[in-house]
Order: sequence, then structure tokens, then C-alpha cells
Amino acid sequence: MSHMSNFFEKSDVSRKEAESIISDTLQKCDDGELYLENSKSESILLDDNKIKNSSYNSDLGFGFRAISDEVVAYSHSNEISKNSLKQSSENLKSTLKSVKGTYNYEIPKSNKKYYDNINPIEQKSLNEKIKILNDVNDYLRSKGDKVKQVTANFLGEQKSVEIIRSGGETLSDVRPLVRFNVSVMVEKDGRKETGVYGVGGRQSYDSYLKDENWKSVCDEALRIASVNLESKPAPAGEMKVVLGPGWPAILIHEAVGHGLEGDFNRKKTSAFHNLMGQKVASEGVTIIDDGTIDNRRGSLTIDDEGTPTEKTVLIENGILKNFMQDRLNARLMKTRSTGSGRRENYRHIVLPRMRNTMMLSGKQTQEEMIKAVDKGIFAVSFGGGQVDITSGKFVFNCTEAYEIVNGKIGSPIKGATLIGDGPSILKEVSMVGNDMMMDPGIGTCGKAGQGVPVGVAQPSILINKMTVGGTKL
Amino acid sequence: MVKDQEFLETKASYCLGLAKKLGATDSSVIVKNSISETVNFRNKKLDESNRSDDLGLSITTYIGKKKSSISSSNLLNDNLNILIEKCIETTKNTPEDEFNSLPDRDLFAKEAKELNLYDETHIENNQKIDYLKKLEAAASNDKKIVNTESSFTQNKSNFVLANSEGFCDGYKTSSFTASSVTVAKDEKSMERDYEYSSKCFLKDLDDADELGNLAANQTIRKLSPKKIGSEKIAIIFDKRIAKGVLSTFASAISSSAISRGTSFLKDKVNQKIFSDKINVFDKPDMLKGLGSRNFDSEGVKTDTLKLVDQGILKHYLIDTYNGKKLNLKSNGRCGGTSNLYFENGNINFKDLLNSHSKSLYITETIGHGSNIVTGDYSVGATGFLIENGEFKYPINEITIAGNFKDMFQNITLANDLEFKYATNSPTMLIEGMVVAGK
Repeated sequence: MSHMSNFFEKSDVSRKEAESIISDTLQKCDDGELYLENSKSESILLDDNKIKNSSYNSDLGFGFRAISDEVVAYSHSNEISKNSLKQSSENLKSTLKSVKGTYNYEIPKSNKKYYDNINPIEQKSLNEKIKILNDVNDYLRSKGDKVKQVTANFLGEQKSVEIIRSGGETLSDVRPLVRFNVSVMVEKDGRKETGVYGVGGRQSYDSYLKDENWKSVCDEALRIASVNLESKPAPAGEMKVVLGPGWPAILIHEAVGHGLEGDFNRKKTSAFHNLMGQKVASEGVTIIDDGTIDNRRGSLTIDDEGTPTEKTVLIENGILKNFMQDRLNARLMKTRSTGSGRRENYRHIVLPRMRNTMMLSGKQTQEEMIKAVDKGIFAVSFGGGQVDITSGKFVFNCTEAYEIVNGKIGSPIKGATLIGDGPSILKEVSMVGNDMMMDPGIGTCGKAGQGVPVGVAQPSILINKMTVGGTKL
Repeated sequence: MVKDQEFLETKASYCLGLAKKLGATDSSVIVKNSISETVNFRNKKLDESNRSDDLGLSITTYIGKKKSSISSSNLLNDNLNILIEKCIETTKNTPEDEFNSLPDRDLFAKEAKELNLYDETHIENNQKIDYLKKLEAAASNDKKIVNTESSFTQNKSNFVLANSEGFCDGYKTSSFTASSVTVAKDEKSMERDYEYSSKCFLKDLDDADELGNLAANQTIRKLSPKKIGSEKIAIIFDKRIAKGVLSTFASAISSSAISRGTSFLKDKVNQKIFSDKINVFDKPDMLKGLGSRNFDSEGVKTDTLKLVDQGILKHYLIDTYNGKKLNLKSNGRCGGTSNLYFENGNINFKDLLNSHSKSLYITETIGHGSNIVTGDYSVGATGFLIENGEFKYPINEITIAGNFKDMFQNITLANDLEFKYATNSPTMLIEGMVVAGK
């Protein structure tokens, strides 16, 4: 195991002293740990023909957590010092008066790693990054007068985490993450539209941008913007919807993913809480949440509680099989953690979260799906989505969509919101495509004010009935 | 205790001094400390306590027209030395931008008004627990309520903003926030809703009973919703949703969106964009205001702006950089609006409900469906069907859509403005929007 960050090197508290404060604080608790984090991140932004921003952030801190039965006490600080740790310990003890639990020392082990120990920020010089951004700007603006605005940026991060449990067991991970985005605005006859595309994951920038691959990112952003220039008002009302493969899987993420997170089901506030073992989707629909795919944005070697991640089957051939669990909700629901305990950073408590949420391929082709629709829409790309866990209603916003008339793809339509009901939408899936695709590595999921990087994947699917929120009646 | 002014100023001047020594021609720094203590309850029991102590600093250095910035939560001088050196290196390697500069000297805020933004009172966790017990008892009174989650947070912050032009100021702020999220259930449905109160002073916070009752009632009335057909219909936005229309308006008149040409309100100053009766203010000097401030995030003084006068757009929200680009002076809106609000209309809530034989009253929207480039708007919504001024039944799984350009021209406001958030609107009616349902 490699300790990339020695959190106690410049501190007045030694590792041994810290371990003893941890053990002393957690001895009668059911669970808990000290979570240490050191992250370095950069953002370089080109906008409006100029390098608008070059910034660097260095963040260091700890979060100390003690759990007794259902109660979580948490305290965090930027200062890794004896005084600060002791103050946090007192704060936790004052919340959890008279605890009498038994600390659960057990934590699964694994030697598997899903990304390399690199610092992507250092692997490419500032000048090289600036050059690519300027090249992006020149390339897109050379595509014609209609290109009115170009924004492109690099976001890079290296996050080192260490989890120290009662008794001194230590788990650590170093996580690289990069993202490269391009946004372009075009104008024709006074009408303006934008297109956005990006790539990323847990590798060096060059893994995504080598051989001038940034050009294909630009081309895709421009293609979406240009399609939207020709778009007409979207229809309003219930109709059939064909979703393209890849990123549109944020439908899966919103419609069922959140509802299958352990906390909402333990609290019985999810529309899925009483559906375990029951049919929640059409036959042929299998959905997994997988933290173990090499270098993907949503992958993790260990989660933020130190549990190795895994491939969790959520829905198998239409039947609800598992929820996603962190240690707290797993213990209270008498099951095991699925390695889904995540937090944005040391300022936040752990929650059960998604990693890479994927619907697996079926047998049909996209062509068959389009042919099967008399009147409906074909949605290729989305902006973002949201769900009300309790009522199960979810939405997402199309950024590229077309009408389907009599089995043929017609004109592009304006961005519209689609709304559906999580527990019933997967029963409306009547065809599952053979063309599963991962998203390009750009997703961030928000929950309780915490953003974490995630991935999604799906094949093309045909949904029998969804409400399209256009303006054309 | 939150760090005092002296500590923050010492750190700020250390950074400015070092930046200058290393070759910065200008620099600005903000140092901030924020301490929050939260207690959460669930189903009438303690669920979580959370204490956070955040200290952070961010510095921007200029070398001529080159600029870069760094931020860090590690304020040890050793670390700052490394970071500021890195920042200067990056600045040197970043291309020039003719519009990069600190604000003009004559625009800096000179005297700080006392805005009453800091309450010394410290509320101990036991007192928070007492409040939450009362709140949760009220919230779970009705048998239909099956889950309650409530929270009480005290936040105390202090900051110093300083720059190489000699500006150096900052002040403490406090907030006390209580919220309750309730879930109600009947045979057909499960619904969630909430209520919330946030104030600078503890004694102004809403009564616990009242908050709990409101949360519960707002949730219960949503049970057994229906889906309605697609049609063009008048929409009434509850105050908590109506303020979102103002937020979109604010994004669309930000000088960055204007200078980049990515706003549907570009070149609309002195043009009529709202209906005649609409006035919009941004007032930074409201006592105890949740958005009040003495200066913006660059140190520029902030005066009250009447952004919209009788439907006519009068100002953009301007910061230094985009101001220079647009050839306009900063009006102290770097970082956005302060206390932004629609002035009251001249019709009461009841008459507004009665103004159409049939309308939809929207209490919640979901999704990110506002496009400020085109003005297109499409979101998921829940609410109630209103017939002849009466709430008939709850509705959900619908979307509402329109374009802000048309929506702004068709707004009627009630006279029930309250200052509950930093951005506030009276209840709002918009004609001519499209609902998509069955």
C-alpha cells in the first residue's frame, strides 16, 4: 500500500496519537472512522476568445464520524492538529452520550485497483493546455460565421484519501479525475442555439485528447448546436419515446437509481421500499451499478468508508434484487455494504450513492424501435435530470431530439423536459437494444448538497408512454 | 468561535505582501472562516449532528494584464508560500486579457453601513433539540404523516476582502435555519413537501409549531394527485416557485451573459420586457436582509438598483471585467444580486385565484429547464387545479412550458410579497403557458 499523502508529517499530532484519539472516541460506538483528504485541482477556461481563468485549488482536511445505532455524529475541520482532533472528538462524544454499541471491525479487503496512481495536473504543462484551448477556439471559429461563441475548459484533480478506523486499521486511495468540455453557440437568422460535449475519466488528459481527438469533441458540440438551429417546437403530451444509447441513461439514474439507494429505503421514503423481489421492470431489463470498470468516472477502488467497490445487480430481468448500501444503512437493514458509501469531500457525511449505473444490452436494433413508432420522439442527448424520490416522478431535459412520424425520424425538436414515473417507467420499456454504450465521462450526481462523479450506460430503448413537455398542442 | 478580523487581516496582508514581492503588479485576496453546527431529527429522534469549521483563502494575482488565481484551505504560511509562488508562475504563463484589472479606485465602498447581519447569540445543541422536538411533534401530528426529517443549523461567518489598491474590509454574518421535510401516505400515493425558515437573528426565526404544521399540511394536501390533459392554461406560481423566475431574469441580465452574447435579454436595456405594472428592485442595504451586503465580491460599493421600471429594463448586473468589456461601469454586482424582488402588484391573493375560471397553482418544479440563451422554459411540475378560486385537487406528472420573452409580458403579481429568501416574489400569475399531461 502506498501512502501518497502523509497527513501527519507537518502536524503536531503523530499517527499513533491520532489512532489513540480515534479508538478512544469510537470504542463504544457501532461504527465510525477518521477520514483524511488532500486534494489538488485545477481549472483552465477559455471563453469569448480568451483564457478567462486559470485557477488551482489545494484542499486539506479531515472528517471525524461516530455512529451509534441510527445516530450519526460528524465533525470536520481544515486543521489536522491535536487540538482540532480532540475538539472534534469532544463534539462527537457530546452528541452520543451514553453509547453502548459494539464496534464493527470487519471491513472487506481487495487488492484490485481500477485506475493508476497519477497526478493528471502535473502530466501536462499549463502551456500545452492553453495551446489546446486556443486550438479548439480557432478550429471551431474556422467552421463558419455562424459560430458566435466558444467555451472550452480543462478540469483536473488528484484526491488522496485515507480512512483510519478504530484499532488503527488504515485504508487509502489516490484518485485521479479529469474532464474536458467544449460548448459552442451558433447563430442563424437571429436565432441562437448551443451545443455541449465533453470527455473524461480517471486517466491523464492525453488518454482522451491524443491524436487531436479534441477535434471530435468540438465536432460533436457543433453538430448538436447546428441540429438545434433547425429545431421546431416540441410536442406536448403523452407519446412513445425512443432513447439513444449512452448518456440518455441518466433516465435510469433518475428514474430508478436514486430510488434504490439504501438510505431512502431504510427510511421507507422511496417509492421502491416495499418492492424488493418484485417485478419493477419489463422482462429483459437488467440494471447494475458497477464501481469496478477501469478508469471510468464513476469507478472507485474503495469507497469513502474503505469498502472495495463491486458490481451490484439492482434489477435482474425485471426483478428488483438489491439496493445500494453504505455501512450504516447496510447494518440497519441487516445486509452488507455494496461499496457505495460516498461523499463529495471531507466536509460531508457518507451517503449511499451510485457509481456507474448501467442498463445491459438486449436483442433489438434501434432501427426496429424507430419503425415501431407512429408518433413519438427520438431523444439522443440530455442536459440533466432530477427526481422526487417519494412520489417517484422524475424529469430530464432533452438537448437533442427528433420527432418520429410513421416509423421515420423527422425534424429536430426544441429542448423539452420529459416527465415520468420511476416505479412504472421500466414496465413501459418494450424494446431493449443491442447497442449498449457508456457515456463519455461527464456526469456529476447531486444529492443532499453533495456532488460526486458518476457514470451511466444503456442501449437504445423504446418506452411506450412518457409525457413530453413541449409547447405544441 | 469564528476567527476574528485581526486574524483574517493578518493572513490577507501576508498574501498581498508576498504576491507583491514575487512580482505581482496587483492582487486581491479573500479570507473566510465559517462555522456551522447542525442537528438533524428524524421521526422525533436525534438522527445526526454535524459541526463544520471551514477556513479558506483565495488569491488572484495580476502581472500587468495577465491573471491567475489559487485557493486553499491550508493557511499555514509554508503552504501559502508554495501556492502563491505557483500562482505567480501560472500568471506569467497565462495570456494577457486587456480587460483584466482590479476595480476603478473611485468605486470601492468607503464607509460600511451597519446592516444588522450578525447575531451574537449562540444556540447550544440542547436548545436546537428542544426546538426540533416541538417542530417534529407538530409535523407528525396527523396519522397520514409517515416520516419527518427536520434540521436546525446555526452558522457564523467572518471574512476579509483586501487588495493591493488598499481596500481592506469585511464583517461577520450569522444565520439560523430550521427546516422540516415530511412524507405523507395514503392508499394511492406517497408525497413529500417541506417548510423552511432562515433568519440572521435567532429571535426572528419562525415558531417551531407553525413550521411543523405548515410542512405537514402542505404535504397532506398533495396526496392522491391526478394527472390532467395537455392544454394552454393560466399558471399561478406559489411564492417559492415565483422567485425562480426572478433568478432566471438575474442570470439573463448578468454582464457576463450579456458580453458573451449568450442571453435572450442582450441589447434590451431601455426596452419593455415585462408588462407595464412590473417593477424589480435589487436592494443591498436592507437591515437583516438575507442578501444584504456593503460591497460586492470585488469591494465595489453597491447601491439600490431599480432594475425594471414599469416593465422597462434599466440595468444589467455589472462586474469590473465584463463592465470594461461592455464599456460600462461596475454597479457592484460581482457575485450576483443582493435582495432581489418584484414590487407588489395591486391585486390580493384571493382575487388572483379568482381571476380565471380555471388555472393551475404550482407549488414545486423539478428539472433544469431554463435556457437563458433562447429563453425557452420547460420543467416538471406539481400543484393543484384551481376552479373558480377554489383548490380542487392535487396534480402531478405534468410539465409546464413557455418562453420567458412571452412569459415576462404576461405576468400579474399579487400584493403578498414577503422577505423570506434573498430573492423574493409575490404570488405570480402567467397567462398563455402550455401544460403537457395525459
